[in-house]
Amino acid sequence: MFYREAGDFKTSYVDDSQTFPISFDRYRYYFVLFVAFALLPFMVDDYWASQILGPFLVFSIAAIGLNILTGYCGQVSLGTGAFMAVGAYSCYKLMTGVDIWYPAVCDGSRILFFWCSGRAEYQIWFQLPEINILLSILLSGFITALVGVFFGLPSLRIKGFYLAVATLAAQFFLIWLFNSASWFYNFSATGQITAPDTFVAGVQVTGAETQPWALYMVCLVFAFGCAWMARNLTRGSIGRRWMAIRDMDIAAEIIGVNPLKAKLTAFAVSSFFIGIAGALFFAVVSGTAEAGDVFGIQTSFEILFMIIIGGLGSIFGSFAGAAFIVILPVALRVIGTEMFGWPSEIVEHFQFVIVGALIIMFLIVEPHGLARLWQLAKEKLRLWPFPY
Amino acid sequence: MKDTYEPYVTEDGRQIGGVLMEMKNITLRFGGVVAIKDISFDIREGEIRAIIGPNGAGKSSMLNVISGFYHPQEGEVWFKGEKRKPMKPYQVAQQGVARTFQNIALFEGMSVLDNVMTGRLTHMKSNLLQQVMWWGGAEKEETANRERVEKIIDFLEIQHIRKTPVGRLPYGLKKRVELARALAAEPMLLLLDEPMAGMNVEEKEDMSRFILDVNDEFGTTIALIEHDMGVVMDLSDRVVVMDYGKKIGDGTPDEVRSNQDVIDAYLGVSHD
Ligand SMILES: Nc1ncnc2c1ncn2[C@@H]1O[C@H](COP(=O)(O)OP(=O)(O)O)[C@@H](O)[C@H]1O
Ligand SMILES: [Mg+2]
Repeated sequence: MFYREAGDFKTSYVDDSQTFPISFDRYRYYFVLFVAFALLPFMVDDYWASQILGPFLVFSIAAIGLNILTGYCGQVSLGTGAFMAVGAYSCYKLMTGVDIWYPAVCDGSRILFFWCSGRAEYQIWFQLPEINILLSILLSGFITALVGVFFGLPSLRIKGFYLAVATLAAQFFLIWLFNSASWFYNFSATGQITAPDTFVAGVQVTGAETQPWALYMVCLVFAFGCAWMARNLTRGSIGRRWMAIRDMDIAAEIIGVNPLKAKLTAFAVSSFFIGIAGALFFAVVSGTAEAGDVFGIQTSFEILFMIIIGGLGSIFGSFAGAAFIVILPVALRVIGTEMFGWPSEIVEHFQFVIVGALIIMFLIVEPHGLARLWQLAKEKLRLWPFPY
Repeated sequence: MKDTYEPYVTEDGRQIGGVLMEMKNITLRFGGVVAIKDISFDIREGEIRAIIGPNGAGKSSMLNVISGFYHPQEGEVWFKGEKRKPMKPYQVAQQGVARTFQNIALFEGMSVLDNVMTGRLTHMKSNLLQQVMWWGGAEKEETANRERVEKIIDFLEIQHIRKTPVGRLPYGLKKRVELARALAAEPMLLLLDEPMAGMNVEEKEDMSRFILDVNDEFGTTIALIEHDMGVVMDLSDRVVVMDYGKKIGDGTPDEVRSNQDVIDAYLGVSHD
């Protein structure tokens, strides 16, 4: 079969604006979906689900989120890790029943709020029932969206490098908050949060005994849903508002785009996806988390690298970048350490060198990343075997 | 020049209506620089109104006042018979005023089609939820607006570059795409800042034809800034002449041409 658009005429604008205008692409897409939904669940083992496919899907969601903000709307953020933490901690609190404490007076004069733990004087004033895990993950997305909008407010005044620094402040503040306010980790002695066992229609989806296929399926369903929503948003009028702001904010205003609304919706939608990714990563994939550990600044950078390598302003690129960053260390370990027997530190350093070199290359040569290379390959293929 | 505000019909049969926009005693200062000094003029429905004058006269500043980028220290802007409150540019756009820039301001990362589609944004009302689901009107709205955009693309004869990224286009075509984006908004008032600057004779002729056709077919009111006197005289119904921030002439092309102040300004008579 040839990869062609000839003979593949579009007879309506609906056809022309569909996601995969070339039918061959469409079939490949259905094939990938078929493998992902119908074959892989029967094949994944524990290692593949929790070390490779789970993280890949979760980071794809986070990368889609950051790509909406940075790739589509042009607002740089270094707070991705912290926004994932917001999702994770929201999900934890929702799963365990949110507790609101009555601020009791102690020491005669000072009012103690929930974050001064260890005192006996305050008492639970109100407690929500535990919320279904899938709903908790969704709600975590909404909570993160609100937090994201709040930290997105500076974007109305500052741009580029200065905005990046402002989001960096959000990153450190939020992680500090989750580490120091014991209410967030239910006053546990270790400061860690651990997901309790939860079930969906009788199948365990969080907790130690979760089956690999269940873990994989939950991540897959969320990743598919998020990608579908992101695609819908970016092909319509809201996507064009974001891109207009990204390309030239003055011209965007002149065609009637309210910059405040456009930027804040980008922060909200982006944080929604990132929050879902954080909740999934904590509750489903890893089962436990500690804010500074897994959601630190290095995670923010990792996700930024994913969208730079995968492609700014591309949903497909978000998946490609996430796959690359998740699989690279595994592949290097298998090839370097296990096949050639190199010491593991050297292999690890290799990873930094490769990622660093690729970032520089993509930033300078091809800002649209792997997604663009893929497209170029397809364009060549479209003309093959007669390039003229 | 017609002094009354009565509607009239031009020699070539176009209908000119009442006053659409009126600038009253506008003064705009940047620190010590007075860019516009106490200027008043009006733009009538259906006409092509030119603003001419030497470089630095304050013409672009005047368009920026109209489109809400600059806020004059003194004076009033009246639109459709109402005094306008201070407005942000996007609010002005939502009222039905579209424009192009002296230096092209296109979205370089998008295709021609997407650029022109952005012109429709003031008409696209579906909300976030509908867009997320691509349902409940979002898709229908996209298709309906796409149809209108395709008409404008046909009208301006840029079908062949529909899917080309704007960054790759030559200058003349970029100017045309920018006009297409402004037209896509179906504005009541269209502001063009030097639409033919930097074009060769042939491109200028094309652009002049498009401007006349837009005015003729859509009945769009147009205010344009232009340096080429020949073009201005051919296109416009009335001309405002500015020099050093002041208005030195206002009237039909013939009246302006015989105005002594205007002749002096263009012949470079010294200002003392
Ligand atoms: N944003 C601004 N800040 C300071 N001065 C400005 C600004 N915009 C325009 N001016 C000044 O106003 C005067 C008129 O400029 P402009 O409106 O661009 O003239 P024209 O378009 O007629 O060539 C110039 O002296 C220019 O330096
Ligand atoms: Mg100018």
